[in-house]
Amino acid sequence: MDATTATMEPTSTMTEVTRRDGAVIHLEGVHKTYDLGEMKVHALRGVSLDIETGDFVAVMGASGSGKSTLMNILGCLDRPTKGHYFLDGIDVSQRSKVELARIRNRKLGFVFQQFNLLARTSALENVELPTVYADIPPEERTKRAKFSLERVGLGDRAAHYPSQLSGGQQQRVAIARALVNRPSILLADEPTGNLDSRTSVEIMDILQRLNDEEGLTVVLVTHESDIARYSKRALEFRDGKLRRDERIRERLVAKEILPTLPSLDDLDDEEQPAEPASAD
Amino acid sequence: MDFWNTFRLALRALARNKMRSALTMLGIIIGVGAVIAVVSIGQGATYMIQQGIQSMGTNAVFIAAGSAKPSGARMGYGAVKTLTVDDMAAILREVPLIKQAAPSVGSRAQVVYGNQNWNTSVTGTTPNYLDIRSWPIQAGSMFGQEEVDSASNVCVLGTTVQRILFNDENPIGKQVRIGQLPFRVVGILESKGQSVMGDDQDDKIFAPYTTVQRKMSGITWLQSINASAVSQEASLAAVSPITALLRERHHIRQGEDDDFFVRTQSEVADLFTSTSRLMTLLLGSVAVVSLLVGGIGIMNIMLVSVTERTREIGVRLAVGATEQDVQQQFLVEAVTLSMMGGLFGIVLGLVGSALISYFLAWPTLVSVIAIFVAVIFSIFVGISFGFYPAYKASQLDPIEALRYE
Repeated sequence: MDATTATMEPTSTMTEVTRRDGAVIHLEGVHKTYDLGEMKVHALRGVSLDIETGDFVAVMGASGSGKSTLMNILGCLDRPTKGHYFLDGIDVSQRSKVELARIRNRKLGFVFQQFNLLARTSALENVELPTVYADIPPEERTKRAKFSLERVGLGDRAAHYPSQLSGGQQQRVAIARALVNRPSILLADEPTGNLDSRTSVEIMDILQRLNDEEGLTVVLVTHESDIARYSKRALEFRDGKLRRDERIRERLVAKEILPTLPSLDDLDDEEQPAEPASAD
Repeated sequence: MDFWNTFRLALRALARNKMRSALTMLGIIIGVGAVIAVVSIGQGATYMIQQGIQSMGTNAVFIAAGSAKPSGARMGYGAVKTLTVDDMAAILREVPLIKQAAPSVGSRAQVVYGNQNWNTSVTGTTPNYLDIRSWPIQAGSMFGQEEVDSASNVCVLGTTVQRILFNDENPIGKQVRIGQLPFRVVGILESKGQSVMGDDQDDKIFAPYTTVQRKMSGITWLQSINASAVSQEASLAAVSPITALLRERHHIRQGEDDDFFVRTQSEVADLFTSTSRLMTLLLGSVAVVSLLVGGIGIMNIMLVSVTERTREIGVRLAVGATEQDVQQQFLVEAVTLSMMGGLFGIVLGLVGSALISYFLAWPTLVSVIAIFVAVIFSIFVGISFGFYPAYKASQLDPIEALRYE
């Protein structure tokens, strides 16, 4: 284990270190080809890009555009067929599975569309999950998990099971889980895809706060341009290539938009008085 | 991830599906329970046999008239008329390994006292018979050599006969009728209980062999001789000189079969012990098969569990679990299942042996080794049958596992 940790640290012997100031992600001509017997599917055809520390990037594109493949490679769940991926200055494109697991554990935080919380397991224990694989002593784990839950405003729901939480709350638990090992990057794959519009903005508010206040780098995959407007930079993929890369002008700020949205409770309140009034 | 954490995780995963876990464990529970119960019963039987053998005297050498060879037209035990008291005297004289010997000539007779009667076996012998069989007298005394010499009508009763004929009355000095003859009761034997063969050793009357030979059966030969060697080893060593002597005395030519057979208690003990061992082994192997079936049950459920929890595995892999972590998790789960099954199985086995011992009056001897072996085996079953599902879980691709519906 020590050996693995050691290889992750940038050392002077690593000639491929091309880390620029602040670039947490650096892709160099990344290709991904799936070999389906007779047919070869080119999911990514040479993608090069830099993502600076503290950036908030939205990755957009239709299905089949290669954005999921890019996400898998950024998340160290998959390896590029060709090209290099430098994460925090280290080339991780051809690491062993064990090393990739370690990188995912220490440097990356995942948030999924389906929340992917473990059923019948309390919110606290769900959040603790990554720390279990990080050789962190048990007391420290609980402390970190509690702190992480507080950061997403769910400090009082630690003992709740996922089935006792709303969709938005479940996604916040998932964000807390992604944060617990203090990753360099938060990767969010359609985090609002299963949520109503108000809850979506709430989730974006959390992501924006983490980005603005704590300088956390966020990479967000979405097909909704509305959601992409909460980010700082939009990347658009088509046919395995990066077609558009621009800064967002007139960025939406979730904190400002939230008060303008009717909450579900408000809607209920508006509907309820109607009946008694007519009975009078 | 440390072991305790994994173990705790396994317990929680199993607790989520209590019914399924219990049913999965059932195979192991029954297997381990059966192993322990069977071995306990087998050991109990062996112990009982050893006790029985010892009660017959460990140095005993048994010489009986008749052929022991399982071929040809055999004359039954006691039907051969060549074994005599003179043979016995010759053995005592010429085989120094033999310390003492008592003749035995038996018949069955109706015994009557007052309005009670009973059909039992009457054995004619000499006073030292009881020493050879290490069979003490409970009340009164054994008849003496004078009574043998004079063929007196005296007898000693086994406790079963005494109980049936006399109930609570003191039989010493009383007259009983055996067949047509009146006998005086001089002693009562201690109870010996069931023999190894399962018959009642106390359902017996002893009288001087001269009396039985001359007055009851009208014969001059013996059915058997109960001898006692100077030691247990001597009893085995005495077999061939006795055989040679008797062949000579009975004028048996070379190549002809013996008209008698010599058995030592050690041989009988070995026979019974090996028989009971064989039984234990047979039943034990059936139990082992049920353990294997239990193992297959565990594998089946673990495979189902891996499929059901594909997403969970995906999440674990995504947040940093290595293949080894996932494999360990499922392996520990399988071993926990089989180990808990093993523990419940021990309880079942112990309760089962206790019940058998209680209801069938069959002694059981719980074997610590059997318990130990059963537990080790159940853990082994868990590891070997849990390995494949755990391996399968560890080989899942995190991307596909996360997308699994």
